[in-house]
Amino acid sequence: MFGKIIGWIDDRIPMTRVWNMHIAQYPAPKNFNFWYFFGSLAMLVLVNQIVTGIWLTMNFVPSAEGAFASVEYIMRDVEYGWLLRYLHSTGASAFFIVVYLHMFRGMIYGSYQKPRELLWLFGMFIFLALMAEAFMGYLLPWGQMSFWGAQVIISLFGAIPVIGDDLTLWIRGDYVISGATLNRFFALHVIALPLVIVILVFLHIVALHEVGSNNPDGVEIKRKKGTVAEEDKPKFKFHEYYTNKKDIVDAIPFHPYYTVKDIVGVVGFLILFCWVVFFMPAMNGFFLEAPNFEAANPLKTPEHIFPVWYFTPFYAILRAIPDKLIGVIAMGASIVVLALLPWIDRGSVRSIRYRCGFHKLNIAQFVVTFVILGWVGATPQTDFKTLLSQITTVTYFMFFVLLFVYSKNEKTKPLPTRLTK
Amino acid sequence: MMKKLIIGLFALLPSLTMAAGPSVPLMDANIDLKDNASLQRGAKLFMNYCLGCHQMQYQRYERTFRDIGIPTEIGQEQLIFDGSKVGSHIKNAIDKDDAAKWFGAAPPDLTLVARVRGTDWIYTYLKSFYKDESRPFGVNNVVFPSVGMPHVLQELQGLPTPITEEVEEHGHTVTKVVGTETDGSGEMSDDEYDRAARDLTNFLAYVGEPSRLESEAIGIKVIGFLVILFILAFMLKKEYWRDVH
Repeated sequence: MFGKIIGWIDDRIPMTRVWNMHIAQYPAPKNFNFWYFFGSLAMLVLVNQIVTGIWLTMNFVPSAEGAFASVEYIMRDVEYGWLLRYLHSTGASAFFIVVYLHMFRGMIYGSYQKPRELLWLFGMFIFLALMAEAFMGYLLPWGQMSFWGAQVIISLFGAIPVIGDDLTLWIRGDYVISGATLNRFFALHVIALPLVIVILVFLHIVALHEVGSNNPDGVEIKRKKGTVAEEDKPKFKFHEYYTNKKDIVDAIPFHPYYTVKDIVGVVGFLILFCWVVFFMPAMNGFFLEAPNFEAANPLKTPEHIFPVWYFTPFYAILRAIPDKLIGVIAMGASIVVLALLPWIDRGSVRSIRYRCGFHKLNIAQFVVTFVILGWVGATPQTDFKTLLSQITTVTYFMFFVLLFVYSKNEKTKPLPTRLTK
Repeated sequence: MMKKLIIGLFALLPSLTMAAGPSVPLMDANIDLKDNASLQRGAKLFMNYCLGCHQMQYQRYERTFRDIGIPTEIGQEQLIFDGSKVGSHIKNAIDKDDAAKWFGAAPPDLTLVARVRGTDWIYTYLKSFYKDESRPFGVNNVVFPSVGMPHVLQELQGLPTPITEEVEEHGHTVTKVVGTETDGSGEMSDDEYDRAARDLTNFLAYVGEPSRLESEAIGIKVIGFLVILFILAFMLKKEYWRDVH
């Protein structure tokens, strides 16, 4: 009976075929480590944001007069409204934590290298859409930081010559941030950008499954047809879409092996996530900034205006440069260079495990740079910190310049022929 | 409206250069959200001394009574002074424009003040009023210099006198108020007033986030469940992965 129903559906849509091709008989390298949890975790957080977001919209009032009060209504009068709100606000920060770690994984194992350039680019577009989504979402509670943060960020577009002022007017829909801005940001935040993100995530996975996952060794598991001896092939059944084109080594089917492994990752992540949601949702002002508990007031500027932590590294690059236009360009460039990584890195060895010592140093300095920039961008400026942000802005871009130079004739370690444990 | 907004944007310019944090170290509020007696005393203080000018426009009486253990009828009788229904928000009848004229600025809503300022700030603020004849109400505050608010708890605390110190600042010697000393004219002793300030701070902390205790009670169970699930998921993974070599 059950088989009959499946058969009936399979005659009409390719359910079983897609399941096998992309899940049950999808070949994944057997040596994924800790860093490979963050892709599935990003999906989990995306679902969390969509589901809690839908429920929040049921009680949120997208108007300058009603927005702040409606958030407090959700926090106090809606059954478990506080939980929905904290899941959503913590989810926003969790999304960036997970995505930054996911991107870092791609950097250390060279996952952006040929043939995964497009996969990396789709990822960068997701990152951009996510930043827009988070920025617009942050205006919605209509608190002081929502208002003044948006004021500062939108004014950046005013630095663009000729069209700058008209552009900011067009974005705001008013001469200042107002109810009109809130309305359009609400529409973009709940419909347009989530749709874009979901489509990009779909394309990201399509691209991933076409080229296959990279792994911590950076050694291809798909080999030229006829080059792998029969006894070296895994005993698992993979979909013929993959085996017809290539011989596969050191792979296991995604399901059940990585599904059960990802459950461990998901539960581990949820322990940390729920700890924040239930015990410290404001995260000492990093996830929910204290001034944002005061309703937006165009006549009163907060003492300090900071974006939320996930924008602060880029914000610090902006502030490091005294000239506004050059600052805006530098900030934009800091994201563009990331997208260009597949072409900046001219090496053919992917994984940090087999690259030169200087590359390891370069990655380490990049991590330190990113953390310092994040800290400087989140705290009040002093002369020392301005200098520090200028130094780290240089070292941020220096990472890419150096990589471009040494990757051409890099002295690498010999690659293993098969995946190591 | 538009004019106000544009003025507001210009107001951004000076405030960016004049930004300054609290100039004195804050005292530890040391509150306990589980202490219902303290919360109830805090509610009583708020309704008697604060609500005349400050609202809690997002918080309802009934919810408050329920959460801090006051039976509805008793709350209705003893803590609602304006005949409001028990399901209404905690509001007053003060006119915002009048209030702005009287005090220089309309008294802010206090629903979320604990989340904006922090509990240590509120506790220190309540304890930092001192006599200053140069101010309209004859009082000033150490953590909030030139505040427009009178010392409404004066009948309880008395009117503290300032403790000053000579400090070197930008090459000049200036006299700074660094603390206060009670004059003993209030109904309460120092210890009693400390407790009252703490109770009021505790109550404001509760109103700032009424879901806090419920959240932690649920959170413990959720984390406990997840830890057990983690062990099971880990064992499941181990079992499946036995055939991966």
